[in-house]
Amino acid sequence: MTISRRTFLKGVAGGGGLLLVSGIPLADARMSTELPPHAVGILYDATLCIGCKSCMANCKTQNSVPGGALYKKGMTAPPYESKGPAGDEGIWDAPQELSGKTLNIIKVYKNGTGEKKDVAVNGYSYFKQQCLHCISPACVSVCPAGAFRKDPENGSVYYLAERCIGCRYCQLACPFGVPRYEWDSAWPEVRKCQLCRHRYAEGKYAACAEFCPTGATIFGKVVDLRNEARYRLTLKPGTEYDFPIKTVDSAEKSRRPVARYADGTYGLTEAGGTQNIMLSGVSFELLGFRKKIPHFDLPSLTWAYVRKVLWVFAGVFTGGTTIYAITHRNDKEGSHD
Amino acid sequence: MSNSNAFDSVRQQLGGVSRRDFLKFCSVMAVGMGLPLSAGVRIAEAIVNPKRPPVIWLSFQECTGCVESLLRSNHPTLEHLILDLISLDYSETLSAAAGHQAEAAKAESIRKNKGKFVLVVDGAIPTKDHGIYCKIGGRTALDILNETAPHAAAIIAMGSCASWGGVAAAGPNPTEAKGVPEVLSNKTVVTVPGCPPNPYNLLSTILYFVTFNKLPELDPKGRPRFAFSRLIHENCERRPHFDAGRFAEQFGDGLHRKGACLYKLGCKGPETYANCPSVLFGDTGAGTWPVGVGHPCFGCAEKGVGFSTPLHQLATLKEMTPPVFFGEAFPNKQGVSSGIKTFAAGSAGIVVGAAGAAMLTGLGTRKDVTRDKLHGPHDESARDKEE
Repeated sequence: MTISRRTFLKGVAGGGGLLLVSGIPLADARMSTELPPHAVGILYDATLCIGCKSCMANCKTQNSVPGGALYKKGMTAPPYESKGPAGDEGIWDAPQELSGKTLNIIKVYKNGTGEKKDVAVNGYSYFKQQCLHCISPACVSVCPAGAFRKDPENGSVYYLAERCIGCRYCQLACPFGVPRYEWDSAWPEVRKCQLCRHRYAEGKYAACAEFCPTGATIFGKVVDLRNEARYRLTLKPGTEYDFPIKTVDSAEKSRRPVARYADGTYGLTEAGGTQNIMLSGVSFELLGFRKKIPHFDLPSLTWAYVRKVLWVFAGVFTGGTTIYAITHRNDKEGSHD
Repeated sequence: MSNSNAFDSVRQQLGGVSRRDFLKFCSVMAVGMGLPLSAGVRIAEAIVNPKRPPVIWLSFQECTGCVESLLRSNHPTLEHLILDLISLDYSETLSAAAGHQAEAAKAESIRKNKGKFVLVVDGAIPTKDHGIYCKIGGRTALDILNETAPHAAAIIAMGSCASWGGVAAAGPNPTEAKGVPEVLSNKTVVTVPGCPPNPYNLLSTILYFVTFNKLPELDPKGRPRFAFSRLIHENCERRPHFDAGRFAEQFGDGLHRKGACLYKLGCKGPETYANCPSVLFGDTGAGTWPVGVGHPCFGCAEKGVGFSTPLHQLATLKEMTPPVFFGEAFPNKQGVSSGIKTFAAGSAGIVVGAAGAAMLTGLGTRKDVTRDKLHGPHDESARDKEE
């Protein structure tokens, strides 16, 4: 089968035009800076955290089932950092850092004698690292394969392993350094918290919140979580408050004295706002959360350029076609080659 | 008295008890108090002293659990204890005598041993309405204690009720029950809290006193440090599960059966100071103490915890636990994150790699190689920075 020059050019022009018209974005570069309608998230209050790591242990077990963020075909046990004695894998799991096997980690800040909780000098504080589920996630905007997506309804940022090409742009783009690569795997994937989105269908919610005994991690609608955080910041330190456990609207409460909060709510403006927000008695900078983080949605940085790609493409296409038409205006049909 | 003489006399005096058993007991007591093994010999000498330490045991608002706990100790056994080790001159539960006869024995002992006897108190002392809510032989507990205490060489409050009021002082505390230290505010009172307390903590305290003629080291609440200086949480056999985040969610669930941490069930181990995990209870073998058999610690030995906070309410952690098993914000040096170090190491690797590659491929002339070294790595590291 031979394709005539005319048919070929027609095809190219048609395809280009179609692309132009349809506007299919290869990368979802432009994103809403507004919260999705049913946005859910997590409020982590470091002053309530006791460092029991229940969230970490249960994150692993709950995400190692089909649909979970750690699940791989044929998986029977959660992936643990260090293999224990044979037959007792994972008996001792003490991850030091987020990794392809750890989506959620409690770390500690300590200073001097480390006696008082939630105090910067001679004190200590726990803090939690996991995906914060940005309202406009940079990882989604940079992914050339569309492997990272943001759920338009609940706003959880999730990952499609079958689309991933392993370029790890997401790791570079994330201002919080969250996505991790499975360096030890022959078929590596990128791992990060997906807000337990596979559990919503069963009426469950994020495992770290469900298994937190003190209410340090609570799940709920972002709007409610923000209100709760704002209310806690108005409370007088030392007074008692009924902190909700597990979910923000839970009837189960834990009465505890209110600690002195150092900064405001983390995650209202950081990177354009995140769906997971945090409170702490020690400044977030001391906890390793960078102060210099941009306070605008990061995809807008690249959008200024990415938005022009289509027009550059269209310009080159039409320009080239025009030049060709001009330079070849006297060519006779069939005289080429 | 030389050592062998001491042991010979012990053997004669104790009849059925072998030298080995006796030495074992003395050494166990010494070790239990954190004393050197040689102290066992001094304890042995003190015990075989023909004049056994007189003990007067007063019981007030109590349930006899403290005495029962003592009865169940089996090294020494009860008869060994009250016949050979101490001279229990008065105890409402254990005295053979009763009524006025017993009261007379007590008065006699106090008169004879003025300033020498050890006073053990169990039970709280009601103070409302001049203490009329607990009377023995027609006299109030308050009167009896105030009358006996000034003549005692040492005062030991046995159990939580005697230590701070315990269950008798639990809200709303209708009799305004108080502990011995509160009633005898101007005296040193050794408190051995617990409900019931471990009998060995009491025995160790008494033997320490009769051996060295002074009280063991006490903490601000009057508790002997050898038994109450550590949180239950620190020595708990289930502690590794706490550190690893494995908790029983409900009684009888999978993790509960596997022996996971009981914190979520309301275990008060993290706020209770006692030696329960080390000494265990009731001498019935390994793992026989509340947490060992699967029930969360109730906090009976800690004022403000046992009898005052709800049974299954979460405990407040007293300190950073565990201190070492966490990643840190700045693990190596403040302000230098591991990411930056990795980046630096990576850049160095790229420079070396680029130079090596340039040499191997023999890019251009020597001049070119130099230029490559200058510019190539620079470009590479800029790219690496993005990575």
